Amino acid sequence: MGYDFDFSFLASYAPDLWHGVWLTLGMTFVSIVPGFILGTSVALARLYGGRWLAGAATCYVEAIRNTPLIIQVFWLFFGLSVLQIYIGSFLAAVIALTINVGAYTAEIMRAGFQSIPKGQIEAADCLALGPVQTVVSIQLPQAVERVYPALVSQFVLMMLATSIMSQVSAEELTGVAYMIQSFTFRGFEVYLVIAVIYLAMATLLRLVLMGVAQVSFPRRRRLGTPL
Amino acid sequence: MTFTSPVLSPAAAPIFPAASMVAFRDVRKSFGAFEVLKGIDLDVGAGEVVALIGRSGSGKSTALRCVNGLEAINGGELTVCGRALHQGGTDLRELRKEVGIVFQSYNLFPHLTVEQNVTLAPRKVHRIGAAEARELAAEVLAQVGLSEKAQNYPEQLSGGQQQRVAIARSLAMRPKLMLFDEVTSALDPELTGEVLRTIEGLAASGMTMMLVTHEMAFAKSVADKIVFMHQGRIWETGDGGMLSSPQTAELQQFVGNGL
Repeated sequence: MGYDFDFSFLASYAPDLWHGVWLTLGMTFVSIVPGFILGTSVALARLYGGRWLAGAATCYVEAIRNTPLIIQVFWLFFGLSVLQIYIGSFLAAVIALTINVGAYTAEIMRAGFQSIPKGQIEAADCLALGPVQTVVSIQLPQAVERVYPALVSQFVLMMLATSIMSQVSAEELTGVAYMIQSFTFRGFEVYLVIAVIYLAMATLLRLVLMGVAQVSFPRRRRLGTPL
Repeated sequence: MTFTSPVLSPAAAPIFPAASMVAFRDVRKSFGAFEVLKGIDLDVGAGEVVALIGRSGSGKSTALRCVNGLEAINGGELTVCGRALHQGGTDLRELRKEVGIVFQSYNLFPHLTVEQNVTLAPRKVHRIGAAEARELAAEVLAQVGLSEKAQNYPEQLSGGQQQRVAIARSLAMRPKLMLFDEVTSALDPELTGEVLRTIEGLAASGMTMMLVTHEMAFAKSVADKIVFMHQGRIWETGDGGMLSSPQTAELQQFVGNGL
């Protein structure tokens, strides 16, 4: 054996690693908000959209949840280029992540909407609130609060899944790691450090999302009880 | 075996009295093959308090829920605040701006404070501003005796307090008619008392009300008219006195068991 562990060479790659970290975080944060909006819309379409809209929403959710993310992004990146449509690797990654996390978010949010007692919706109807007002003021805030832990998990999973985007030459953290490893042949050190960086980023993301919860759920902040 | 209601035929009653806020004419309602309401005739005048009593399954809650369109009727005519619900095309949102309802299970919005619960609909539906909403909340919460709870959340309140917030929430819409669907059935006797006193205060203020209740003493004291329903029909109608001198064996048995 006789392998000498050496982490010092990583210092010279610090700018590349830093760039990779920013690209990973950028893809994640840029995809979360549209992914959440898409997922929530799809959940509402499945619940209230009528036969055709609900059917289309179901097809989307099942198609995305039953195919690999890497195939989805390959199709966007390589598939579209065959049709002379070129989108850069960052855009392909963000679109693929949004569409992907949207499908999972749709199922989580659907569970959230369905967990709200029917009596509350009846009460809202009886107070002359319209359907959109009821969704916005009554159903959405409670649904999000109830499924928030599941949403956080899903968004962290999505952040980890950005590592796939190195396959479409996006130089996010995993892509950078692969490059360093191929130059230095020090895979053990490189991937250990990369794992620690992912761990730190996932922790950071969870902290940010917990902060969002503190601001978004005043009742929970004050009483600390589940809804 | 057929049942014949001993009540006078509707032809003998005045058709659509001028002050009638709710008018049932031979109203029928079925759930699938089961007919829950088998021809209801009933008038509720402005300022009147009408109590619907009867066994579970007698159709009293269904009758009440027809009044604000929560259940669509299958036959007959039902006019509420000048709107003919049987003709279809009734704008239920417009109707519900004038008809409030309180449920057995309160149905407060748990993520909102008491004040937000009370002011949500006036703000969204009547588009009142924040300052006016605060005044409105103060007024209706004072009316139900819960001024000091404005900034609390529903889960911090007792069942009776939650139900009084639900009443305040309906009142904040300035309804012309209030419906109460077994509002004390989930409460213990002490909490029932505080809710009933709130409703009595409302009756004294001249509010038109229909209430489904199992509280016989309360029905007797607060209602101008008591309607005993049995098997989907109005079996007996009268004032508070009818409970002590029932005309039918069914009411006799009902109040007898109830005491």
